[in-house]
Amino acid sequence: MNVHRLGMVVGGSLTEGVEVKLDPEASVEDVRAGSFVSIQGERMRFFGVVTDVVLDATDRALRSTPPDVSNPFIARVVSGGAAYGALKVEPMLTIGGGSAVLGVDGPSPAKTIPAHFSPASAATEADIETVFGEPSERNFWIGNPMDMEAKLCIDVEELVKRSNGVFGKTGSGKTFLTRLLLVGIVQGRKASNLVFDMESEYGWMGYSEGGSEVKGLKQLFTSQVALFSLDETSSKRRGINPDYVVRIGYEEVEPEDVGMLRETLGLSEVAADAAFSLQREYGKKWLGRFLALSGRDEVGETAARMNVNQSALITLQNRLRRLARLDFMDKSESHDSVNRIIEYLDRGMHVVLEFGRHGSNLAAYILVANLLTRRIYGRYVDRKERSLGDPAQEPRPLVITIEEAHKFLTPSVASQTTFGAIAREMRKYNVTLLVVDQRPSGIDDEVMSQLGTKITCLLDNDKDIDAVLTGVSGSRKLRTVLARLESKQQALAFGHALPMPVVFQTRDYGSAESYRDLGWRNAVDLKAQVEDDLEDLFGPSAS
Amino acid sequence: MTMAEDARVGEVVEAATSGFVAQCSRLYEAPPLGALVRCGPSASAVYGVVAEVETRSLDPGRRPMAVGREGDTDDDVYRRNPQISRLLSTEITAVTVAHDGDGGRLLRYLPPSPPRIHAFVSLCSGGELRRLSDSLDFLRGVLSAHVTSPDDVAAAFLRQAAAVHEDPEAFLVAAGRELAALLSSEIPRLNSLLKRLSP
Repeated sequence: MNVHRLGMVVGGSLTEGVEVKLDPEASVEDVRAGSFVSIQGERMRFFGVVTDVVLDATDRALRSTPPDVSNPFIARVVSGGAAYGALKVEPMLTIGGGSAVLGVDGPSPAKTIPAHFSPASAATEADIETVFGEPSERNFWIGNPMDMEAKLCIDVEELVKRSNGVFGKTGSGKTFLTRLLLVGIVQGRKASNLVFDMESEYGWMGYSEGGSEVKGLKQLFTSQVALFSLDETSSKRRGINPDYVVRIGYEEVEPEDVGMLRETLGLSEVAADAAFSLQREYGKKWLGRFLALSGRDEVGETAARMNVNQSALITLQNRLRRLARLDFMDKSESHDSVNRIIEYLDRGMHVVLEFGRHGSNLAAYILVANLLTRRIYGRYVDRKERSLGDPAQEPRPLVITIEEAHKFLTPSVASQTTFGAIAREMRKYNVTLLVVDQRPSGIDDEVMSQLGTKITCLLDNDKDIDAVLTGVSGSRKLRTVLARLESKQQALAFGHALPMPVVFQTRDYGSAESYRDLGWRNAVDLKAQVEDDLEDLFGPSAS
Repeated sequence: MTMAEDARVGEVVEAATSGFVAQCSRLYEAPPLGALVRCGPSASAVYGVVAEVETRSLDPGRRPMAVGREGDTDDDVYRRNPQISRLLSTEITAVTVAHDGDGGRLLRYLPPSPPRIHAFVSLCSGGELRRLSDSLDFLRGVLSAHVTSPDDVAAAFLRQAAAVHEDPEAFLVAAGRELAALLSSEIPRLNSLLKRLSP
């Protein structure tokens, strides 16, 4: 094992972190904040993160009368000797009780610090593996720690137990990261995905920042992913044959959906609440019958009968007409989109719902996502309760991915909507959320605090950073790390699925090699594998 | 012991635990400033670093007088006055840096007792120099010795020691760091010392 010694512990505390004096051979410029350090204490090994890099001198006089560094020899002697570099290292975890039993008892949070003069070295790949686990079905390789080749893994099994969030401003790599997480969940085989794919970039194909095409889930895992579409025309135009085209019947729309759309449609509270009155008035077919009312008189009459404000009702009708014009809306009957989705999910498949052109229509996205989720969630609650009597009926865990999550989870609606309920109740009903958003400050605090694992790319709005880091220990230090992330493909992850917060370089996605690593086989490889398998089964062929 | 005899340079004429003065066997044939010398029996040898080289009249009361004529070379003066060589002597003052302890261990601190007067002084071999300079714990003693310019002694010693090490530059850097730690409160002194060491 190639250990790169950095220096030794010379002081510090548990709250402030330990100070490591760098050896003369180690340059401060080789060590970066956020990189991992392993410190061998007397009885156990500590695993920590560099939080600060300091320049210090044995004597203050050196600052006022610096040595003559124009002479390279003097420069070499003085740097690292009288003038030295030091690191602040935050001990995060302790591993084992000594090198002999290393890895036998897994890492646990550090409750003490290494003794004086313990040697510190840069963490090796083996250390990373000990802490974050080796890539496996359960541990999904999501990226590399900064400046390291080691594979950083996230525990998918733990991940899907709770709702999670992916944050970052536009262009910081949220989508790539989310796509990777979805792949991880597919490979983990412990849960199903339901993705409300607003920009149609997860299902079949997406685009990288540079404009090149990258494969979506369906291309990588053809037999495990079902592609649903809300916009058949758009799908067909892109050469995709969706497994199912989703239509929404009028009867499926409920007043709650209207409440959710209040902000997007620009409705007053009174107008949105009128939907509930309409439902009381007309029953299940309220939307169809309400939209059928024509002319001010009829609406006015209804308004008077129901005792609601007439102009509010007129506005409501206008706005709902706008929705009803969307071509996936169908007034004639209710559809069984929900059943079809559940059918696929039950078979252990993953469903990606592409919005096509409707992706640009936020109202459509919110309506459909909310409506489908509510009904699917209802089914899950039902089955989960039945499974208490008959464990065989336990539904397979489901992860619902939503984008623009702050529209669903604003403080004003989060307490009423299904998404809010899912986020809060967590895994009770085997349904969790994967929230993808660029404005985490817009999401209800209570929901944010319930997210198990948060992965965040660069954020530069203070409010957003605060929102993401609320309630996290050591948030002050994470804040500096978060503000210093590179604008692309770097992310900070912390929470339930990771033993400690970590900054990582997102794994490569989009090259032929990356697809192969993710288990994709091109036609030639596939053929070779089939032949291999045949040979394994039936022995070498005669030919 | 043939090696040691070959390298014999003089005889102790003054001795203290902290250092000794030796008169050289031949006029002007003193080991250079900073050289490592050894005196006393091999089992309990005392090691010193040459800190001062002096040539003067044997009789402290009689000061040499100028005798050269116009057109003389330096050597002409000595050839014409052979008695001069008998009236002058070269002496070295050495700062003790180490001694041999029980079982041949090299102890880098002052010996319990000084070498005896008339003990023979020899120049140490490269091997001995390397062995001693593997650790530079004794530098503090050299820097604080009561000699005219302890810094020059240290610099000369380290330059000679560097030459017998496999990687002279690495040796000098390590030595420089040792000095930097010792002289951390005297940056200008450190600066000038390092300049004298600079390869």
